[in-house]
Amino acid sequence: MLEFLWLVPLLPLLGFLLLVLLPLTKRAAAIVGVGSVGAAALLTLLIVVELFGLSSDAQVFRQIYWTWMQAENFTAQFAFYLDPLAAVMMAIITGVGFLIHLYSVGYMDEDPGFARFFAYMNLFIAAMLVLVLGDNLVVLYLGWEGVGLCSYLLIGFWYDSHANGYAARKAFVVTRVGDALMALGMFLLFLHLDTLDIQQLMANANDQWQTGSSLPTIAAALLLGGALGKSAQIPLQTWLPDAMAGPTPISALIHAATMVTAGVYLIARTHELFLLAPDIMFLVALIGATTLFISGFTALVQTDIKRILAFSTISQLGYMFLALGVGAWSAAIFHLMTHAFFKALLFLAAGAVILCVHHEQDIFKMGGLRKRLPVSFWSFMIGGLALVAVPLTSGYYSKHEILFAAAGNENSGQLLWLLGVLGAVMTGLYTFRLIFTVFFGEENTRVHESTVGLVVKLPLVVLCLLSIVGGWFVLPLDHVFPASEEQAISGITSLVTDVAPFVGIFIAYLVFHQNKALADAVVAHTPGRLLQRFWFSGWGFDWLYQKILVNPFMLFVRINKNDIVDSFYRLAAWLMRLIHRLFGLTQTGRMQWYVGSIALGVVLIVGAGIFS
Amino acid sequence: MIAIPVEHCLLLSVMLFCLGLLGVLVRRNIIFVLMSMEIMLNAIGLAFVSGGARWGQADGQVMFLLVITLAAAEVAIGLALVLQLYQRYRTLDIETISKMKG
Repeated sequence: MLEFLWLVPLLPLLGFLLLVLLPLTKRAAAIVGVGSVGAAALLTLLIVVELFGLSSDAQVFRQIYWTWMQAENFTAQFAFYLDPLAAVMMAIITGVGFLIHLYSVGYMDEDPGFARFFAYMNLFIAAMLVLVLGDNLVVLYLGWEGVGLCSYLLIGFWYDSHANGYAARKAFVVTRVGDALMALGMFLLFLHLDTLDIQQLMANANDQWQTGSSLPTIAAALLLGGALGKSAQIPLQTWLPDAMAGPTPISALIHAATMVTAGVYLIARTHELFLLAPDIMFLVALIGATTLFISGFTALVQTDIKRILAFSTISQLGYMFLALGVGAWSAAIFHLMTHAFFKALLFLAAGAVILCVHHEQDIFKMGGLRKRLPVSFWSFMIGGLALVAVPLTSGYYSKHEILFAAAGNENSGQLLWLLGVLGAVMTGLYTFRLIFTVFFGEENTRVHESTVGLVVKLPLVVLCLLSIVGGWFVLPLDHVFPASEEQAISGITSLVTDVAPFVGIFIAYLVFHQNKALADAVVAHTPGRLLQRFWFSGWGFDWLYQKILVNPFMLFVRINKNDIVDSFYRLAAWLMRLIHRLFGLTQTGRMQWYVGSIALGVVLIVGAGIFS
Repeated sequence: MIAIPVEHCLLLSVMLFCLGLLGVLVRRNIIFVLMSMEIMLNAIGLAFVSGGARWGQADGQVMFLLVITLAAAEVAIGLALVLQLYQRYRTLDIETISKMKG
């Protein structure tokens, strides 16, 4: 089956083309949209099974299609590279992608842009597959920009609202900052290592560069910039919460399960380069730990159900970066996978809730939905438990692997571990604040459950199962990543790590279920209110960027309204007009003037001829 | 046959040409402008003929015949235009019928 690898991204791409070019009915659009991804998922399953059936040394498959571009000693082949890492990513993308497509059939049922939605979704899947399968950084970048484009299109899917368009542009511009850095990183790598083929690149880097020297550090930092933008890590995290303006399936697919993990994938893919730059590795861990900590607090005070989940996504991506930074590569990919399951589940369940309460997203206007929406409730419960890493759920295995790896890191591992554990407490707190507020307490909204059909429920059930059993797999990534040595974890560390989420849940139970007045009492005091407002704004990052980047830029734009560069060209135009007017003056229409000037001209020319 | 020096002929030709040009420049009646142009043409013809005589070649006279034909054609068309102009504007003053302002 391996030789059919090319078909996997091609199927969703064909689906996209069909949906765009043909005026399909809604039913046909659903069949094409879901079917193409379903077929890709099936094919992926066969390919992955065959790949892992090979002996572990031979689990690499490369397919070269054509030479994409060539200039002097630069050659970019359009080629796919399949190894266990790419296979795992491929399985997540097509598998979770298929479930979300199926769900979307129910969710987007009444939307007039049904076919357009599936067209964008299919294009996204194709681009994401190109990203993870790309054999060289150019192909990877093609997919990278492709998913960015789809993200932009889908955030602004309901384009008639101004706010959605703004959110889409914000996401595009902020990630563009990272993308530009990444492009610079690619240029630097090519300049010094003469290739962009990832495997060759890593081999060359190992040969030519010393660990800790300046070149790999700069290159890794630039690639990290790209990863930070895509994966919404500090300081480029501000676009993700606003990206929730898109339809909920988009939030599940692009802004939780797949696209935002592209940064994690990029770093994992080029991990040998990062190993040559220990300073950047530490920076990755630090950024991850800070992000997970900060966005945990932000999630705690949000009121919009999707924004809570968005900040939670940023926080979980922070865990993955923490894992990458301490060299626990496979733990990062493991968490990426389990997170894709349970966060997709949470978003889809949230989408089902939002559908049933007439597109209300404020959690304080919901309440007591447990009895009315049992499927959503249990989905939320299982997804939430996996998110806070309660034992036996998938999140437990992956998150603990990360935290233990952090604790064992010799480079201020204790600090990283502490931030991670505090983040875990916060995770429990904000997740169960959400669950208690939405599903417990008294009912105060009208619910109509009829809108939730089987196509919505089925993906929820499957994802519930995956969220539980997803942690029981052992990802066969040993040959892709260098083995991390076993860390001796002290009993106390292990115990604290285990208990942390329960502390969060317990506090949430006290404050948001048992004694709701307590939360209001905290907020009633001035410091409490200020802190709440500070956290609510995402620690003021948006405000800061508005002040130091957007406002000066707007000021500059206002001053430079008549574009200084243009003035040069305007001068040329003005000069031409002046000369034109001067010559126009001579056109008097009086023949005798003409005759006179001709005579004068002849005299001058002849005179010049004689006297020169 | 007394040979007239070529310089004299050319001088006369230049003077006639300048008179003609002056007439074209200062006259306002279009008939006089046409007449002045005839004078200029004849001045040129004189220059050709004297040149031909000086070098003993027929080319100058051939050229003069050409100029005469040209002048005849020019007068025919010019006078026809003048008639038309007069019918339309009831005047022959070129200042008043000047319409081609830039």
